[in-house]
Parts: sequence; C-alpha cells; structure tokens
Amino acid sequence: MVYLDANATEPLRPEARAAMLAAMEVTGNPSSVHAAGRAARRILENARESLAARFGMPAQDLVFTSGGTEADALAIHALRAGRRVIVGATEHDAVRSAPGAFTLPVDRNGVADLGTLAAWLLDGPPTLVCLMLANNETGTIQPVAEAAELCRRHGAFLHVDAVQAAGRIVVRLAALGAHSIAISSHKLGGPPGAGALLLAPEVTAIGPMIAGGGQERGRRGGTPPLPAIAGFAAAASVASNAVHLAPLRDAAEAAAVAAGAIVCGGGAARLANTTCLALPGVRADAQVIALDLDGIAVSAGAACSSGKVTASHVLAAMGLGPLAGQAIRVSLPWNATSSDVAAFAVAYRRMADRLRAALAPRAA
Amino acid sequence: MTSPPPRPNRPVYLDNQATTRCDPRVVTAMLPWFTEHYGNPHSVEHVMGTEAEAVVEDARAQVAALVGADAKELVFTSGATESNNIAIKGAARFAGNERRRIVTVATEHKCVLESVADLAEEGFEPVFLPVRPDGLLDPNVLRAALEVPTLLVSVMAVNNEIGVVQDIAALAAIAKQAGALFHTDIAQAAGKIPLDLTGWKVDLASISGHKIYGPKGVGALYVRRRPRVRLKPLFSGGGQERGLRSGTLPAPLIVGLSEACRLAQAEMAEEATRLTGLRDRLLDRLRATIPDIAVNGSMAVRIPGNLNLTFPAATATDLMARVPDLCVSTGSACSSATIEPSYVLRALGLSDDTAARTLRIGIGRFTSPADIDYAAAALAAAHAGAPAPGVERFAQA
Repeated sequence: MVYLDANATEPLRPEARAAMLAAMEVTGNPSSVHAAGRAARRILENARESLAARFGMPAQDLVFTSGGTEADALAIHALRAGRRVIVGATEHDAVRSAPGAFTLPVDRNGVADLGTLAAWLLDGPPTLVCLMLANNETGTIQPVAEAAELCRRHGAFLHVDAVQAAGRIVVRLAALGAHSIAISSHKLGGPPGAGALLLAPEVTAIGPMIAGGGQERGRRGGTPPLPAIAGFAAAASVASNAVHLAPLRDAAEAAAVAAGAIVCGGGAARLANTTCLALPGVRADAQVIALDLDGIAVSAGAACSSGKVTASHVLAAMGLGPLAGQAIRVSLPWNATSSDVAAFAVAYRRMADRLRAALAPRAA
Repeated sequence: MTSPPPRPNRPVYLDNQATTRCDPRVVTAMLPWFTEHYGNPHSVEHVMGTEAEAVVEDARAQVAALVGADAKELVFTSGATESNNIAIKGAARFAGNERRRIVTVATEHKCVLESVADLAEEGFEPVFLPVRPDGLLDPNVLRAALEVPTLLVSVMAVNNEIGVVQDIAALAAIAKQAGALFHTDIAQAAGKIPLDLTGWKVDLASISGHKIYGPKGVGALYVRRRPRVRLKPLFSGGGQERGLRSGTLPAPLIVGLSEACRLAQAEMAEEATRLTGLRDRLLDRLRATIPDIAVNGSMAVRIPGNLNLTFPAATATDLMARVPDLCVSTGSACSSATIEPSYVLRALGLSDDTAARTLRIGIGRFTSPADIDYAAAALAAAHAGAPAPGVERFAQA
C-alpha cells in the first residue's frame, strides 16, 4: 500500500513512538502530588514547554485538548461571546459548524477575500474571524498575517485552524498575530488523541467547554492524555517543514496533469505535500476506489466526511462547479519516497485512461 | 516506636482511583495501531482507513459487553470527564422542555458537579442531594427530590474517594418512575463490579480508559437506544459518532480501551477476591498498630481495592511527607494539588480536622502482598512520627 493520505492522518514518527512508550511506563496522574504524579506532571509540562517553544509562545498559554476539532470548538466557545462570527468558506467542518456564522468568500484558488473582510469589519459589530492557515483539501495557504492585522485594527478576534499547517510550514503565534491557534498531534506525525489550543496573552483567561477537575488552569477539565501528549511534543519537535516533499508532490502532480488532471488551487501558495487533482467527468469516489484497488491510498476530501458521496464544499466555494465532485486529494506523508510517487504516477494514468474511456461512448 | 521497614526498590503505587498503570498487555495491543496500521478510521475510501474502522467497531462491541450494553449504544470520547459533560449538558440542552430540575449528589466527581452547576446559567435548576454518613444515597431522599418534575438524575456507581457502591438499579428505577432520565458515572465501577446498564434501565453512563488499566485520553459514553435518549453534542465538526462527538477517533487508544475492558471482564471475579484479601491484610495490619484508625464509607458495599482511612494522630500531608515512596492521596487527583479538605468527606459529616487526617488508598492490579506489607509498616512508622528510610533521596528526586 502506498499511503498518500497524510492530511487525513500522518504516519507516526519514530520519535513520537519512543516518547509515548517512555510515558506509558509512568503510571501517575499528573494532578497527583506524590512521586508518581510528579513524574507524570514533569512529562506533561516538558511537553507543554517544548510545544510552546516550537510555536513561539509562553507555555502557560497552551491548553491541551483531545485534538484539533476540540481545540477549534474551544476557541469558538471561548472567543465568540457577544461577537459576530465570520468563517472562511473553505474552513474545516469543526469551524464551519459554528452556529450563525457568516461565510467569507474565497477566490478560485481558495484564498480568502480580505477586501470583503475589511468591508465587513469596518463599522461592524464586535467580531470573531476564523481563518485556517492551510486548507486540508487543496493545501492553499491563507494570508493569515494580513487578516490578523485587519482584525486587530478593527478590534476583532482571529482564530486560526493550523491543524494542517503545523509541522509543514513555520507556525509562530506572535508572528501570525492571531488570538488563538488550533493544532493537532496526528496531523504532524504524533499519535491521535491529543491537540492543543494556543492562546495569545490577551485571551488567556477563557472558560472551559469541558468542565470539571480544574485541569489546564481551569480551561479544560479531564485527565490529560499523557502518552499521546508526549508523542505529540516529540513529533512537533522534529516536524519543522515539508519543503523536502515539494519535488515529489510536483512530480506526482505533473504525472496526473499529463494524464488529464486539473490542479485545484494550484495558483496559490500551497503546502508542499498537498495537491488536489480534478479529473473532468469522472466521479471522485470512482477514482479513489480504482486507486485503492491499485494499492494507492488517497481520498476524495476530508476524512471525517469520507463515505458520504457529496461534492467538496471547499472546491464548490472556489467556484469549480461540477469539478467539486470530481477531485481527489493527494497528500504526501513525511516519509514519502520517490518510488511512492512513481507508483502513483503509473496508477493514476491507468485509472484515468480506464475511467475516461468508460465515459467516451456516452460523450460520443 | 515502630521500626521503619526496609525501602522498596521503587515507589509503591497505591493510588489506583486516581489513575492506573497502562497494562503491558494493553500497550502491546495498541502498538501496531499506532505504528503500522495508522490509518484514519474515517478514511473509509481506502484499506488503511477501513481496517482502522473495523478495529474501532470491534472495540465498541467489547466495551459494550463489559457494561451490559449494545455496541450501537456506545460513543467514544476523550474520557469520562468529557462523557459526563456530554451526558449532562447534552441531555439538558436537547430537552429544554418544561422540566428544568437536574438532580445529583454532593459526592459526585467534580466534573459532574460543575456540569450540573453550569446549567443554572441556562435556566436549569441544579439540586445536590446529601448522602448518609456511610456515603450512600438514601432512596427516599431521591424520591422526595423527584416530587418536582425532573429532567435528569445523575448518580455515580462507585465513588472515587471512598469506593462505596450505590444501588444503581434501584435508583434508576426511582428516576424512571418519576419520568426522569438517569445518568451514572461508571468510571470507577466499570471492570471492577458487574454492570448491566440495559437491565438496570440506565439512560446514560460514562466510562474512562485510564481508570481500568487502559490508556489516558479515551473513554466512552453509553446512550440508551430503546427508548432512544437524545442529546445535543457539546461541540460540532466532522459529524463523527453519529454527530454526537466530532473529531478523529483515536483508533489506537480505542483499541487500548477495548483490551482493557476485555482483560477486566475476564479477570474481574478472581481479581476482586485477590484485592479484597490485600485490602483486608492492609487494614488488619494497620489496626494492629493503630487501633483507632477509622474507615470512611460503607465497608459492606464497596469496591475491593479502596480504603479511605482517618488516622488518629497525624495529618495526611505529614504521613505522605514521611513516606514519600508510597503513592497515596488525600482525595481526588484533580483537586489533590489544593489544600482544601475533600468535599466528599465533608458530605459524610467529617470535620475539616478529621478530613485533614484522612488518606485514600487505592489497591490495584499491580499491587503485590509485599507492597501491602511495606505500606502497612511504613504508614505505622510514619504515624508514630518516624520518617521512612531513604526519604532524603526521594525528596531530592
């Protein structure tokens, strides 16, 4: 199996495996005051410090969660009180599902329309804006620093879903100017089951969404998932960026284009590991199934909505019309090799030729 | 003065109500799902995803079997705290009908008390019932509280500090008769006592992985299907777990929870006998040297591994400081960093002074008779005022 679905989940990094195994040897609850509890607490706080350093922020302002979705939800829960919510049109469902949110349009490459945002913020009510750093389906990188400047000028909060960006491009809280950032362990080569919300100094006193116990300075109840957090920090400390994947991604993309594919969002700055390939006239699920039978794991969109045969809301928002139901996402994991890409190129050509031949009689 | 016992090689862990060691068999079961089979269980379009999805569904059936439920009635969460939050807030927010009363008990876990209390801001009426001096809820007190139409009753099956076992079947029946939903936190009960959620007509129940020798970061919520219990999710997103709990399911942690449930079920009866023997051995030895030691909470209906002991002449913090290589606690872990006396002990009627002389001891799967003998001797020596040997070394560690 050639695994090219890293944006669904990254393979576990060996550093994360080692850190988790070591943490599993420690029995204590990090809230306990005895020797075992203090040993657990040390692992927890070392992980917090290491992650905070990685993302350019004070450790005390990092809140551990069960993952990216919970981190997004906690941010919106905590920052939306008394505020209008504006979300980018291509956001993950974790953000898009915010009730009563206004949708900020994007251009054909999936880049948010900051002119519209500026107009909406001008003389508008207090607002929370949610804009993802990199899109999970196309890899499109949003102009978050510019958006943050706009938001701050107008007294708006900015929450950034950096789940796909963290570990692939440099993410620093202060440099981005965001009020909060959500990150996920398993999207950067750590284990599933851990994530974090990074808070800017002015919004650190937030109320919990999951109450009880007073952990995480009262911001998130529940015993922290210690081994997963240790693995998360270890993975983040080695996952710095994905530029080494750009040549491989470009080769995969070129092979698909030669076989008839159109690159969605190709005109924007993108994550180096991601390409979104539409094959006109061929349903996305048929492409994915054909590739799976040929030993290539890719997806037709976000993993959470996989299984539902619906057109991608991301591509639809980009104005791609019917192509929104005809595109697959190819996302290279941190350990992708040139032979993976070679296998993909062969399989893609075979898939495209066969499925497009099946269309031909009806087209004629 | 009692002579201090020889020190063990490593700290003796007797805090198994705070958390448990992840069983090495659980670690072994999880590992391949972290490393080779790392697919996202929601990526059902390729084989890496479908194999993860299949193992998650197998796990669901295994967890269900332990608690007497159907696999379809279980929703995976990040742990019992999240499960309790979803159950209580979710049931209240979905119903939102003329029933506004939510009844719970003063000795519940913090996350239940806070979830219930938080609902006051949303127009609900929280009611916190007292317990008897033995820690049990008087059924008549519940009946009286339910004379006002009530939306939800939440009573934990086993208390995390004093280990007493509530009669969930009887209490659930009272709640049902009054037309209320019944939720129970079974974080401390699952795997330790037989549970029959279906037979007991429980509507909602919260399960934790790390309290039963599974991993931290995973739990489950039982949601009755017949008749169907409806909840509003705590947060939305990808719509996983039938919309009740969004977010990528941590397949390896779920495999760990499943294996922990399988082991607990297979070994429950034998382990209960062994733990009861260890507990009685500890209590007998302590009583031999400290005759006035008192046990808090009913000894008749109590899980085998728990003791909650008030010492006549030393505070818990002094005892813990004198025996730093013995891991015991003054109460619930989440609040044990604070000096405040346990609200559970207060609810039993203990004075703050008495509560301050009280230790929680949790004996578990990896506790040996030698550990018990060390604990008994070390506590006796500490109570007599002598620090155990090697204190200096541990204090510096």
